[in-house]
Amino acid sequence: MAIAPPRGDTAANGTQVILSGDSMTINMGPQHPSTHGVLRLVLDLEGETVTRCEPVIGYLHTGFEKTYEEKTYLQGVVLTDRMDYLAPLSNNLGYALAIERLLGIEAPPRATVIRVLLAELTRINNHLVWLGTQALDLGAMSAFFYCFREREVLLDLFEMMSGARLMTSFIRPGGLMADLPDGWIERAESFLREFPGHIVEYESLLTENEIFKERTIGIGILSPEQAQALDLTGPSLRACGIPWDLRKLAPYCGYETYDFAVPTLTGGDVYDRYLIRMAEMRESTKIALQAIDRLPTGPVMTADRKIAIPPRAELATSMEALIHHFKLVSEGFKPPEGEVYTCIESPKGEIGFYLVSDGTGKPYRCHVRAPSFINLQSLPPMSVGGLVADLVAIIGSIDPVLGEVDR
Amino acid sequence: MTGGDIIEAVVKSLIIIVALLTAFAYMTLYERRILGRMQLRSGPNRVGPAGLLQPVADGVKLAFKQAITPRGVDKPLYLLAPAISVVTALSAFAVIPVGPTYNIFGRAIPFHLADFNVGLLFVLAMGSLGAYGIVLAGYASNNKYSLLGGLRAAAQLISYELALGLSLVGILMISGSLSLTAIVEGQARGLWYILVQPLAFVIYLISAIAETNRAPFDLVEAEQELVGGYHTEYTGLRFALFFMAEYINMVTVSALAATLFLGGWHGPFDLLSGPWWLLAKIILILTLYVVLRATLPRLRYDQLMRLGWHWLLPLALLNVVLTAIGITLLQ
Repeated sequence: MAIAPPRGDTAANGTQVILSGDSMTINMGPQHPSTHGVLRLVLDLEGETVTRCEPVIGYLHTGFEKTYEEKTYLQGVVLTDRMDYLAPLSNNLGYALAIERLLGIEAPPRATVIRVLLAELTRINNHLVWLGTQALDLGAMSAFFYCFREREVLLDLFEMMSGARLMTSFIRPGGLMADLPDGWIERAESFLREFPGHIVEYESLLTENEIFKERTIGIGILSPEQAQALDLTGPSLRACGIPWDLRKLAPYCGYETYDFAVPTLTGGDVYDRYLIRMAEMRESTKIALQAIDRLPTGPVMTADRKIAIPPRAELATSMEALIHHFKLVSEGFKPPEGEVYTCIESPKGEIGFYLVSDGTGKPYRCHVRAPSFINLQSLPPMSVGGLVADLVAIIGSIDPVLGEVDR
Repeated sequence: MTGGDIIEAVVKSLIIIVALLTAFAYMTLYERRILGRMQLRSGPNRVGPAGLLQPVADGVKLAFKQAITPRGVDKPLYLLAPAISVVTALSAFAVIPVGPTYNIFGRAIPFHLADFNVGLLFVLAMGSLGAYGIVLAGYASNNKYSLLGGLRAAAQLISYELALGLSLVGILMISGSLSLTAIVEGQARGLWYILVQPLAFVIYLISAIAETNRAPFDLVEAEQELVGGYHTEYTGLRFALFFMAEYINMVTVSALAATLFLGGWHGPFDLLSGPWWLLAKIILILTLYVVLRATLPRLRYDQLMRLGWHWLLPLALLNVVLTAIGITLLQ
């Protein structure tokens, strides 16, 4: 489709805006309602068909990885919250596990079970935001509000235990920030009991909706080979038919003892990614309920005084506690020299923390394998050949969080 | 034409304009309140009792916004486009009969501004002209998103105009007139045409949503794709004019649906007088619009085209054929 150039085709800075010919270059983002943050895409369009799609990142560059080098290991926890702000507890967990491996310690059993419970609640939380925004991207505005109703319950729970709704920093090296407050488990359990009913509600809006199916089935198809070549992980990979889930393949926190399935489909399109995440929310509910059932009593922080800050009460009576407290707060704990890579299954895929310790209280280097960043590179192969409207659906189906893309 | 006639026409025009602008203002509030109810929130309820002054607040806000004209726009067209949209939207309502003829101040006053013999064609023509407002806005804005919005508008309006027009042919065949007053009176004598022409009614409703660019056919402005489409570069009152045109068009197509299919100003019983019946029917159809917007995802450009050309157009043609057969058999 040839597009005649409008008059006055000179941009403000004097450069010539080329609108003639068959293709039109269009700049989508960084300020655009459906790029999920500050993602910028440079598109070549023929009519409305995308012939080239080039993601440009860096608009949210925070320098987290460099900042880690200036923080003690404990202070680093707060940075993990801010990378994937929709799944802070997952990031906390990945970071805590990496440091624990470096230190050669393990969290107490109660802390481990609570970690599983929180990781699964975070997965639900993340998928709720994803579902709401994906539906919104397709123009179905109401689903968003229903998802956020349930998310609100989860955020209240997070606030109840940690004092913060988003930046929880609750899972720490050695255990947890604190034990769960009274009444928390009951509230979480009642939420988990009624949540499957809410999933049915969301599905009634979308799953069998003819327009939704038209918009998503066969859109953004990725073959299993392509997906593996692009290093895709998470629900998008499982929608391509590859049952890759670190909770099953490289279990951590005792995931091997929980009974859950890894939903896998073979279509590899936007609709299958939707179905996978809906199924994952159900599985997460199951895991979380199992965690509640088996929750042991006991401490939630390691007893090692070289790592855990001593309780307030001890400071007045114990000289040693006072010294430990002072050393931990001023210098932090000092893991032995070495390097470690630990990865977990975050809601978006494999999140890995690579830490190098030089024996001081601060990491020598910290690199994060961020799923959003690596999954984003599958966007161009999926979107070329589709329409602009498909591109919007595909971005939503990858579920990127730009805080994690630009570290 | 006597002086009395002129005064009558002017007064009626003013009443229609004021009524339509009020309808526009309160339609926005009504829509937001209904959406709120469907989406677990309240909608605007702070300005005035139950939010009733919200449209005033919105209007004042838009009026005080700076009217920005971006560099590089095609200025005459850029300024003309919102005017075209709103003028055509307002004038389309002129031929809609709001009520029967009443005796007021000793004059027999028919409750419509104009009843000429091609009334129906006039409404359709105004609808098509209104598309120019959107297409020109998209073309003149010097913005690629606006351009895409304008292109979508052109394609969409052409596709749905046909189905919309054809869905009304059956009614013309039954009533034998293009005058809307005659059509309403035809329904008063017999059945409402929704019972005679149910297929046409469904086609009309779907096409009318596409004509007015409402969800799920709101591709022209599709915020998630085109960041507002044709009105991306408009601010303040110019933006408000587009908004106004969209809502007045909604009222007009609803009024037309009520007139053509639901018996116009006639009610099933004499509880209300004519204009109130029409208002009730318009609100019913507008509510349907809002509910659809809250429920459905947006169609894609090519799917919209396919729906128009592959389904609605053949069905509308089939409806014409069936009506012709029916009329022949009954005669």
